[in-house]
Amino acid sequence: MATLSIVDARAIHKHFGALHVLKGVDLKVAERELVFVIGPSGSGKSTLLRCLNRLEEPSSGSIVVDGIDMLDPRTDINHARQRIGMVFQSFNLYPHMTALGNVTLALRKVAGKSRAEADRLGHAALERVGLADRAEHTPGQLSGGQQQRVAIARSIALEPRVMLFDEPTSALDPELVGSVLEVMRSLRESGMTMIVVSHEMGFARNAADRVVFMDDGLIVEQGAPAEIFEHPAHDRTRAFIGQIQRH
Amino acid sequence: MIQTFFNFDIIVASWPIVMAGLLNTVLLSLIVVPLGLFGGLLLALLASIRHPLVRWPLMAWVDFFRAFPPLVLLILLFAGLPFAGLDLGGFACVAIAFFLNTGAYYGEIFRAGIESIPAGQVEAARSTGLGRLQALGYIVLPQAVRNVMPDLLSNTLEVVKLTSLGSVVAVPELLYQARQAQSLTYNPTPIVVAAIIYFLMLWPLVRLLSRLENRALAGRR
Repeated sequence: MATLSIVDARAIHKHFGALHVLKGVDLKVAERELVFVIGPSGSGKSTLLRCLNRLEEPSSGSIVVDGIDMLDPRTDINHARQRIGMVFQSFNLYPHMTALGNVTLALRKVAGKSRAEADRLGHAALERVGLADRAEHTPGQLSGGQQQRVAIARSIALEPRVMLFDEPTSALDPELVGSVLEVMRSLRESGMTMIVVSHEMGFARNAADRVVFMDDGLIVEQGAPAEIFEHPAHDRTRAFIGQIQRH
Repeated sequence: MIQTFFNFDIIVASWPIVMAGLLNTVLLSLIVVPLGLFGGLLLALLASIRHPLVRWPLMAWVDFFRAFPPLVLLILLFAGLPFAGLDLGGFACVAIAFFLNTGAYYGEIFRAGIESIPAGQVEAARSTGLGRLQALGYIVLPQAVRNVMPDLLSNTLEVVKLTSLGSVVAVPELLYQARQAQSLTYNPTPIVVAAIIYFLMLWPLVRLLSRLENRALAGRR
């Protein structure tokens, strides 16, 4: 069945000097789909994610997101990026601004909202991540989990069509992981299309529509979570999942 | 002793001359400091372009003007440029020499500040659609400037002191005027007055700098 893909990346190659990090990756993601990307470190999964919003420039290939050709030099990349939210492993909040300031900066300077309108939308976004009462706190006054939720609010405030998560819980203390996954779950329930690079296998099992296993710059196999976790077709997948689950 | 170094009559007599010098020193500082800051910021922004065609000439430029004694540079401009058909006068020569010299210093300070901001913050800003310059203006520079404020202030202090070099090329700033008054009165009192004025003018800056440095140290603990 030909469901419309909101993300359609084809034959993506990426070289870093002599290093061939992505060796021809195709990834299609349907609207409202949650795709989990797993794989050993150095497999290229983060690079793939960063190519999708062109934080990394792919060496070749094509990427269409929400009908926009991301690699066309005529594409207004700053405009296109508003539709693609991204959450980083290290949060990357702006430490000199309050939580609300972090969330409203792009609303004001990119989306062109007035300060009052941006503040209203910013408060609403913070409320969605359960931090309505932390609007005036600076990142330094927040826990890691709270900082990551502010980062999520910063992205969803722009009402993106797709959200990219690059190991969103890897830098968090174990007891703080749950609050971030909770927010991701509620995003999922609201129908957000999500591509998640993460090792949170429990979350993948419960929430993902599809799990993609990458190794050595290629997608080795993909399928429903139960299928990939219980009956992987490839040895490499089996070995990787075995390693992860031993922890 | 007091008659020689702090002669009241001579202070009164030379007061207008010395005050005119003070005014020029302040004016010179007000021109030279922003000029140096501007030049430095420009250099630091250029340094963030990693291309070798920008990088190597820039490094050579900064190294050259940091290694070149500002007094020699000033005299070279003042005495040399007229031979190239450019007679700019002392004031303009001081402005240019300082732009080149202190710009290189300010540039290195700004560069250190900009490099102290994690690249991830810029990536996050870019991922929300902010342009390169917007990320620089809203995210990087405000933090960078705050991080290197003590160094900026310390360099500014040096720059204001160095305006006394203008006396060598007949710019009537504080030191030059004081020396004029000294040679008119055959008495060192005007120089003593100038020294006191320099101290009173810069001491608050020195105090402020100490406080900023202590705060930076406390913040690091």
